Amino acid sequence: MNAPAHLGVLRLAAPLGVAVLLLAAWQAAVMLWEVPFYIVPAPTRILATLWDDRALLAASLGVTASVALAALALAVVAGVLTAFVFAQSRIIEASLLPYAILLQVTPIVAIAPLIIIWVKDTRTALVLCAAVVAIFPIISSTSLGLRSVDPGLADLFRMSRASRLQVLLRLRIPSALPYFFAGLRVASGLALIGAVVAEFVAGTGGQGAGLAYQILMAGIELNIPRLFAALVVITSAGVALYAAVGLLARLALGGWHDSEVTEVR
Amino acid sequence: MDAARPVVAVSGAGKTYDNGTRALAAVTLDVARGEFVVLLGPSGCGKTTLLRMTAGLLPPTDGAVRWWGAPAPPDDDDHRLAMVFQSPTLMPWARVQANVRLPLDLARVERRTADARAAEALAGVGLAQDQERYPRELSGGMQMRVSIARALAVRPALLLMDEPFAALDEFTRHRLDDDLLALWQRQALTVLFVTHGIQEAVYLATRVIVMAAQPGRVIADVPIDLPHPRAPAVRGTPAFAAHCAHLSSLVAAASAGPA
Repeated sequence: MNAPAHLGVLRLAAPLGVAVLLLAAWQAAVMLWEVPFYIVPAPTRILATLWDDRALLAASLGVTASVALAALALAVVAGVLTAFVFAQSRIIEASLLPYAILLQVTPIVAIAPLIIIWVKDTRTALVLCAAVVAIFPIISSTSLGLRSVDPGLADLFRMSRASRLQVLLRLRIPSALPYFFAGLRVASGLALIGAVVAEFVAGTGGQGAGLAYQILMAGIELNIPRLFAALVVITSAGVALYAAVGLLARLALGGWHDSEVTEVR
Repeated sequence: MDAARPVVAVSGAGKTYDNGTRALAAVTLDVARGEFVVLLGPSGCGKTTLLRMTAGLLPPTDGAVRWWGAPAPPDDDDHRLAMVFQSPTLMPWARVQANVRLPLDLARVERRTADARAAEALAGVGLAQDQERYPRELSGGMQMRVSIARALAVRPALLLMDEPFAALDEFTRHRLDDDLLALWQRQALTVLFVTHGIQEAVYLATRVIVMAAQPGRVIADVPIDLPHPRAPAVRGTPAFAAHCAHLSSLVAAASAGPA
């Protein structure tokens, strides 16, 4: 009882301690060597910028986060459907998997300009780009999961004359869930990265300006504290998304799957 | 009419895999209602292959398997087959009760009947208190009991068991052997049980089918005339020792020959 609780505190306290140390060293170095803020701003200055630019950054975060979330949703729906199709037969999977891999290994910066040209609505284009980045882990882990069925249970279902639908709903889908969530964790981070990269390529400003645009503009204007502030916001958004997916996985698998069971027996 | 027919009749059934491996040479075997037949043999003798054939999971490449005279297991409540595997093979995402109810749910048995039968089966293996737990919260022996309860929940006319207790420690295995014998007597089960343990075979069986490897085949059919109910003390009797020695020599003689 005591040991795991102690471990939990440590797992939170230890990285926080490292963060405090690094930030303190950073602050000290900037002050000691009098580094100008337009090269490397001190952590306190970034914090102040975060507060001063809060309206701007929040609005941009809203834009980027909504693109990332929409892309993640699209990737989940399309990825899971593709995985189901793959699971139907080895021939389908063998014929289509190379194209999924092709999509995976093509850098998004290389195809983003095309998508942005082809798709009129900029936001839709951004969502598509980010979804292309995020979809592969969903497809690969879900289709692996749909195949990773305990052979004994498969025999049991056969002996019970289970229908295809029963096998799917009662055996394949529950077996695939832990794999799906592992894929979703990776995909959530990729969706945010994809959204940011697509924004960079699209360079959309004005009302629909996301965090990538703020970084781009801050870089051009040499507003380095704002650049750092926007970076902090993006990273925090990524961590929050990852944590949210983790929470979702825990809610879905908490009772039974080893990866989500925290108590030590 | 069922009483006269063998529950399962294997006639000249063999299995050769596509790559030419002969897993099982022609085997003939009848299991009558109420028997406790044990398939005994070393690894690779095809006993699991034979068991899977009688489960209808593996079609023989030659010969035939018949259930109550029919070429396929009849799909009705009085002729259910149930299988217990080497590992508990429980659904980790489902509670004990749902695991036991699974074959009934798949057969679309009405919910209330299924719940009652699951509860009865769990009580039969001494797990009435553990319905709401998840498999991972149970010990290996308890998981195996859940697996047996799942098999019993369909009230099987033929219970197939593939080395079900091989992975358990000896104390747990002996206890489960006793519980299984009690269930067999109380519920008038027909059991086909695979093992590589000679003592376990003698302790459980009314009849032991001795098998040998390369190719897998039946070399002897030995009735075990020790009286039922059997208690652990029977393991110390000269008759028990004589049966073990006899089976042991049969297995040894088959393995010593040119392979």
